[in-house]
Amino acid sequence: MTSRERILAAVAQNQPALTPLPLVPSFQLETPDLVEKFSQVAVNIGSWVLEVRDYEEIQEILLQDFKAHHRIISHVPEVSSFADATALEDPQRHLLENVDLAIIKGHFGVAENGACWVTEDLLGVRVVPFICQHLAIILPKHQMVPLMHDAYEKIGDAEYGYGVFIAGPSKTADIEQSLVLGAHGPRTLTVFLME
Amino acid sequence: MRMKEEHTKDHAALAEDFNQDEPRVNWHDETLWFIREKRDRAAFAIPDWELLRETASQIKFHTLSNLSQYLQQFEANAQANGMTVHWAADAQEHNQIVHSILQQHGVTQMVKSKSMLTEECHLNDYLEQQGLEVIDSDLGERIVQLAKEPPSHIVLPCIHLKKEEIGNIFHQHLGTEAGLSDPQILTETARQHLRETFLTRKAALTGVNFAIAETGEFVVCTNEGNADMGAHLADVHIASMGIEKLIPRRSDLGVFLRLLTRSATGQPITTYSSHFKKPRPGHELHLILVDNGRSVQLGREDFRNSLKCIRCGACMNTCPVYRRSGGHSYQSAVAGPIGSILAPNLDMKKHADLPFASTLCGSCSNVCPVKIDIHTQLYKWRQVIVKEGYADPKKAIGMKAMNLVLSSPNTFKLSGKAGRWFMKTVPFLVSNQMNPWYKQREMPQPPKESFGEWYRKNRPQHD
Repeated sequence: MTSRERILAAVAQNQPALTPLPLVPSFQLETPDLVEKFSQVAVNIGSWVLEVRDYEEIQEILLQDFKAHHRIISHVPEVSSFADATALEDPQRHLLENVDLAIIKGHFGVAENGACWVTEDLLGVRVVPFICQHLAIILPKHQMVPLMHDAYEKIGDAEYGYGVFIAGPSKTADIEQSLVLGAHGPRTLTVFLME
Repeated sequence: MRMKEEHTKDHAALAEDFNQDEPRVNWHDETLWFIREKRDRAAFAIPDWELLRETASQIKFHTLSNLSQYLQQFEANAQANGMTVHWAADAQEHNQIVHSILQQHGVTQMVKSKSMLTEECHLNDYLEQQGLEVIDSDLGERIVQLAKEPPSHIVLPCIHLKKEEIGNIFHQHLGTEAGLSDPQILTETARQHLRETFLTRKAALTGVNFAIAETGEFVVCTNEGNADMGAHLADVHIASMGIEKLIPRRSDLGVFLRLLTRSATGQPITTYSSHFKKPRPGHELHLILVDNGRSVQLGREDFRNSLKCIRCGACMNTCPVYRRSGGHSYQSAVAGPIGSILAPNLDMKKHADLPFASTLCGSCSNVCPVKIDIHTQLYKWRQVIVKEGYADPKKAIGMKAMNLVLSSPNTFKLSGKAGRWFMKTVPFLVSNQMNPWYKQREMPQPPKESFGEWYRKNRPQHD
């Protein structure tokens, strides 16, 4: 008997009588203004949130902090004038270790927790939003859902190899509960909410 | 080496050691209470919090009631997604599977993100004995790994250490200057040190927070981004999970991700909630399903409910005993109230002290996001442990004496009188180190008379 067979037999024998799978009740967010709620929560968890009209405005804002000597990468065609897409291949993923800024698109935001849903087709390489020193996510402003239940309703049975909710810059409070931004991933997260 | 297996002291004795340094105990207590307060603020901000808990509890219990089916459904879907699924009956088989995967790839160094299951299995010790190197990448876990200690808390592994001590550990092991204690600088040091590790390791192991039967994907939650850094840079990703981590549907994550971090640290969600569904093209993703006693616990009617646990640590932060005795006094990978109902299932004799490490105040059950009746189970484990003959003999004698006194009204009255007389006349007989109730306590002023005596004098005469 293999371990698989033994475990499954023991589980089948010991599991209690079947109870029903509950329907998840319909939960509501009290605040009606999703963009305001998203921005407020996102700022609380350490993100910067900026409402922008177009890609030119994004470029203008980012190039105030990032100069020619900084390495900027992106899979987003609209920012290709100042962000490089050439190293975004899996075999070259280790070469991304000196990236200063990565710009990615997000599918939608979640108002209750300031999270952005991203899947690997938007990244080029999975490690992109983790290995960069700073991360910018471009989110369509009207793509905002109230709660995580709504987020999964929107995701539905979408097909992806890898997907991630990103909520804020990487952080830790492991040392005496002192919050430090920039644990292993990006030190800052800027969310651009685009009209 | 990590903490040795042999138990020379029980929880009470280790708690007593921990209490030698009173300011430090107070600091530990207050730090954890601060997290409990953050949890409260996050939970109270959600009007439907109780409904959310109840829904989570029902989903988890349903999953347990159909676990054999869900395990097979998950396996089939995960395989269809391109993962390799392994089954491990116990800790040793789990460790051997990890070792064999590493051997197949000629890997001798691995990076690992947080996984309490691998602590339970003592994976690091096992691999080190085989000559392999494991580096823990969660900051708190890396700190205790360097200090050669086990984590003292499932969410906050080095909550027992002060920043000056961490500065000292980094000075000894990472060559930083002596006397550092700024958390910002210490974290930056660890970031640089571990970045090198992430970039050079060919294999990464992560834990699993939730596995979805209907899609064959699993979710890993971190704030640091360490699980993703390890897994996405390595050629081989190994994910280890207990069989109780399953949930039926992807949409159920909406319930659990809302509860997990609010209960754990008071955050609305972790920075990263990563959904791994398929391996990166050309790379391997191994998933190990581990039983290690869980199917036995599933068969214990009074205790199976403990398998609903989502490892948020809320019960530890709120527990008056945990806060004042520290995680290491439990001598179990999972400490605190939940650890005290999980550990006796793994080894009842070794962990016989843990169900007694509680005041049964019920705070743990009240904060549990999946509504595990933790304090009721602690009480039930005590009865099992006494019945099986594993109870502390001192406790057994005391209980027999109490039984004698309480079963006869006359003896009870007499002992009460004698007790009051002793406390009033010769207080040193009770207020001494021989009496465990006197430790860290002032004895109360004895009442002049018992309630029975008072009532006889004061009851209305017309009755």
